[in-house]
Amino acid sequence: MNGLIKDFTKGIIAENPVFRIVLGMCPTLATSTAVENGFWMGLAVIFVLTFSNILIAAVRKAVPDKIRIPAYIVIIASFVTIVDLVMHAFVPAMYEILGIFIPLIVVNCIIFARAEAFASKNPILNSALDGIGMGIGFMLSLIVIGFVREVLGTANLAWSGHSLFGKGLGFEPALVMIMPPGAFWTMGILLGLMNLATRKPKKRRARA
Amino acid sequence: MTYLYILLGGLLINNFIFQRFLGICPFLGVSKRVETAAGMSMAVIFVMTMASAVTWFFQHMLLVPFGVEYLQTIVFILVIATLVQFVEMVVLKTSPVLYQALGIYLPLITTNCAVLGVALINVVENYNLIESVVNGFASACGWSLAILLFAGIRERWEITDIPDVLKGFPIAFISTGLMSISFYGFQGLFQSLFK
Repeated sequence: MNGLIKDFTKGIIAENPVFRIVLGMCPTLATSTAVENGFWMGLAVIFVLTFSNILIAAVRKAVPDKIRIPAYIVIIASFVTIVDLVMHAFVPAMYEILGIFIPLIVVNCIIFARAEAFASKNPILNSALDGIGMGIGFMLSLIVIGFVREVLGTANLAWSGHSLFGKGLGFEPALVMIMPPGAFWTMGILLGLMNLATRKPKKRRARA
Repeated sequence: MTYLYILLGGLLINNFIFQRFLGICPFLGVSKRVETAAGMSMAVIFVMTMASAVTWFFQHMLLVPFGVEYLQTIVFILVIATLVQFVEMVVLKTSPVLYQALGIYLPLITTNCAVLGVALINVVENYNLIESVVNGFASACGWSLAILLFAGIRERWEITDIPDVLKGFPIAFISTGLMSISFYGFQGLFQSLFK
């Protein structure tokens, strides 16, 4: 039981895919222009990650080692196609904003890394929880980055077209924050703050 | 003129790293030294140009005539994966040194979103075969330009006094942001060129 809970929670903070392992950077930077975009992107990734983990765990003993990568790619691509069609049908406005980053979930390193490192070695239930946990970790990271960028870049917060602060927060918005350079800076500074917060008095583990 | 537009656009304006956010993982992963970055760049240029051509044929000869465009993601990723396997075999046979240097990143070109990204952009922009190939080549060159510049900057970190908490990924992102904003300077040039 303890193992199951740990499989679920590790993805949220301890092994957060974005801030801890630094995977899946392309969609993280590209779709975190606003909280709402990050939320929908996160939702799509949670769906794909959970179901691909379940299916890969289910077939892990039947798939020969040599062809496992193409097999995983086909499984992941099938679920991405489902997400693509569903989002196109039900949330067309968001589908338009996220654009090619929906089909590009198929090459998201997080999903592939979890398939290879976890789902191919663990039972179905553990893999499902791992997928949900990692997906939630990804979504929360996107929401945090999106929050910083949206507040600084538009001086406001919006949800499905309604702004939460009426006329805004009363400072001149720094447009650069919702442009690409702002994404890199927000990510860099948040990672730096994370290092500062978790810094041990002794020598830290060297990264990169 | 269209080709020049696509070429310069892919190289400077819609740069894959600085503007479109595609291929960030290998950008951060193999940019530690200029030589490895150059090797990776060559592999990416080759794969992306080939992938643009091959996916165009699959899109316009197979998916559109049979009305199965919804299979696009699956077909494209399989085509790219096969192509990458082929490139991997060629590199392994011709240059074991380069193969060793690129390490795990060569098989991971498959999960390099830049390759699938350029194939999807070609479809979205409705490019014909030659435009697709030019776009694939230009985008890959833009990616390579970015990673080579970045590897050069990164080698300088060795002798720079960076705050302890910013070492590694944080400073990498901040530098990339600064490079990104400097690439905005090209937009003025571009507008006056194609007025």
